[in-house]
Amino acid sequence: MGLRPHLPNGAGLAPAQIEDNFADLTPPLTATLAKSYASQCLYCYDAPCIKACPTGIDIPTFIHQIRSGNLKGSAQTILSANIMGGTCGRACPTEVLCEQACVLNARGEEPVKIGLLQRHAVEKRIAAGGDHLFVRAAPSGKRLAVVGAGPAGLSFAHRAAMLGHGVTVFEARPKPGGLNEYGLAAYKMANDFAQKEVEFLLGIGGIKIEYGKALGGDQTLAALREQFDAVFIGLGTSAVNRLTLPGSDLKGVEDALAFIETLRQAKDKSKIKPAKNVVVIGGGNTAIDAAVQAKRLGAENVTLVYRRGADAMSATAWEQDLARTNDVVLKLWAMPIRFEKDDRGAVGAAVFEKTALVDGKLGGTGESFTLPADLVLKAIGQTLAPLDGVRIEGGKIWVDGNFQTSLPGIFAGGDCISSGEDLTVQAVEDGKRAAIAADAYLRSA
Amino acid sequence: MADLHCSIGGVESINPFWLASAPPTDKYINVKRAFEAGWGGVVWKTLGVDPPVVNASSRYGVHRDERGGIVGINNIELISDRPLDENLREIERLRREYPDRVIIGSLMAPIEEDAWKGLAEKILNAGVQGLELNLGCPHGMCERGMGSAVGQVPEMVEQTTRWVKTVAGKLPVFTKLTPNITDIVVPAEAARRGGADGVALINTVNSIVSVDLNSMAPTPMVDGKGTHGGYCGTAVKPIALNMVSAIARDPETAALAISAIGGITTWRDAAEFIALGAQGVQVCTAAMLYGFRIVDDMIAGLTNFMEENQYRSIGDFRGRAIRNTVDWNELNLNFDLKALIHQDKCI
Repeated sequence: MGLRPHLPNGAGLAPAQIEDNFADLTPPLTATLAKSYASQCLYCYDAPCIKACPTGIDIPTFIHQIRSGNLKGSAQTILSANIMGGTCGRACPTEVLCEQACVLNARGEEPVKIGLLQRHAVEKRIAAGGDHLFVRAAPSGKRLAVVGAGPAGLSFAHRAAMLGHGVTVFEARPKPGGLNEYGLAAYKMANDFAQKEVEFLLGIGGIKIEYGKALGGDQTLAALREQFDAVFIGLGTSAVNRLTLPGSDLKGVEDALAFIETLRQAKDKSKIKPAKNVVVIGGGNTAIDAAVQAKRLGAENVTLVYRRGADAMSATAWEQDLARTNDVVLKLWAMPIRFEKDDRGAVGAAVFEKTALVDGKLGGTGESFTLPADLVLKAIGQTLAPLDGVRIEGGKIWVDGNFQTSLPGIFAGGDCISSGEDLTVQAVEDGKRAAIAADAYLRSA
Repeated sequence: MADLHCSIGGVESINPFWLASAPPTDKYINVKRAFEAGWGGVVWKTLGVDPPVVNASSRYGVHRDERGGIVGINNIELISDRPLDENLREIERLRREYPDRVIIGSLMAPIEEDAWKGLAEKILNAGVQGLELNLGCPHGMCERGMGSAVGQVPEMVEQTTRWVKTVAGKLPVFTKLTPNITDIVVPAEAARRGGADGVALINTVNSIVSVDLNSMAPTPMVDGKGTHGGYCGTAVKPIALNMVSAIARDPETAALAISAIGGITTWRDAAEFIALGAQGVQVCTAAMLYGFRIVDDMIAGLTNFMEENQYRSIGDFRGRAIRNTVDWNELNLNFDLKALIHQDKCI
């Protein structure tokens, strides 16, 4: 699979080159290629790929439908299980989910390109317009509130609307989509796809989004619970883990997520001044998204530093390879110990200590090295912002088997609970299942 | 919203998708699963007079393309190898449990009036909505003077059809035709003369799918020897389409209902047969290869196709391609079509 190349030694990239650097990383399939890839699927009975998908999409059927020329039916098969199947087709780590489970791997062959095929079916349908594919049940007369218009909240809202309820979504930001809109690399979500997807999702009807409304002040969970018949919390992990090291408050030491957001929201990325030497700290997909984008923006050197070995990185092998092919240097077994000022008073260097496992415990070796850095991006994870009223356990909102929090009628899902990996696909599944549970709750009340 | 409900030779069906008389329709549990999956009807695995036949093993051969994909399979399986009564009790039970689904009884008997009539009566009493005469099986049964041995002789086709129709009365009778003849219209006409309401075609094509060069015997092998078997699957679809169109186009047979069979795997295949005049379709190989669930996309795909083209019912497009299917001498020889090669698009 050919990935869009970038221009090496980027300083002073032309605007056209920058635009190209942030365009679709993997171009969408042509109809011919889609048929060719679809023909590789064995249409397994009891297929392992379905079980590997957190949302349980009937993958063999949607691929068979691409083959049979029923593209509308294919999109329907995907979206009925995962209303954000479009984003998941682009951004899911399929290499550790459905494609890893594909039986063709066992024959030593490449797995079926499930992600690309899924993206093909969904995007063709969304681009074609026409009816929404799903119809609402008879109005229940119930009103539901959703906190957060990210994947979990919107998935909940869509399913709840389909089940006949009226939904109001409260979103702190000016746009919907959550991390799909603000937190994924631009080249994964090219052509404003996050917004197109939300527009399609809202096509079900019965969902109102109020922007600029966060929990806090008068807007408490208790107040929402009083105004609505049920509430869903899908506010993700909006606080970032702090790094308290000497110099970590220097100008130029930033959160990787903020950097990604700035890039995503910039109309013209060539207006953003690239740093010369970038150091990214962390080992997840956010770290990779930040590092690769820093390089594609024109940084001369980008080094990603992670405190353990490659195996321990939560970024998949595919993501790690993407970083390497984009000329990002992966520096393993090292942790930051301080940041140094340059003569302008901003960060100029990052000092690291080498690490090693001693008796199974990670520790510094005493040996240090310094990397020049005029931009340090921290990607060391996010946590749940403080939240009153519901039981918190292990840093996440506690829910029962029906996604209900410690407060009856208040449900939660997505990154703010611990349901699995913090992935879009998991958030969509949480939202879907929570809506079905909330529906049962409302109908039994 | 497009409606897939249709009438096939007078039998009302929730959709045009039936399972053909074959292994997937041989017993209660299989047919139950098929109905649960959404099939509109089944033609039960052919029943004969007791004692039941004894089958050989193995009995399937496969023809593959270069990439290993299955083009067609052949089989040397006979009719039902279970006692008649057992089959009939299961049919009765399924008719009670699934009143909105269709069960057609397929039968085959020696060329004797009493044998055909007696068997037909017993099957009718089990509550089937119609009968299908198996005059097409090209292996095993024909050597006993049944199956295609009957189907290849128009007089016998007419005679057996008449016997069964006398017993069936108002219930429809479909005569299943063998493709192993020169002109399909001839037995179709014979069936019509015998009083058939419809024809079902094609049965399987005479074939040897491969020769095992180590054992020097055709496959499938039964203890070192092989025999010709009935070929089916996507490979036979073009043959079936042509035969269906021939019957639909001939004024003598055009009034016969057609239940089309032959390599139907997707909704598109079904739509093509319907466009050439079929009232419904029957499927076997695709269900054997992929499971009963393939009917999902047949239903969804056909519905979407009909909605996109504003066809409200099957009848709105049935037979639409017949008037465009002509004899060669009716083609416009002034029409000129040449390939234009775009070198830059060549791979």
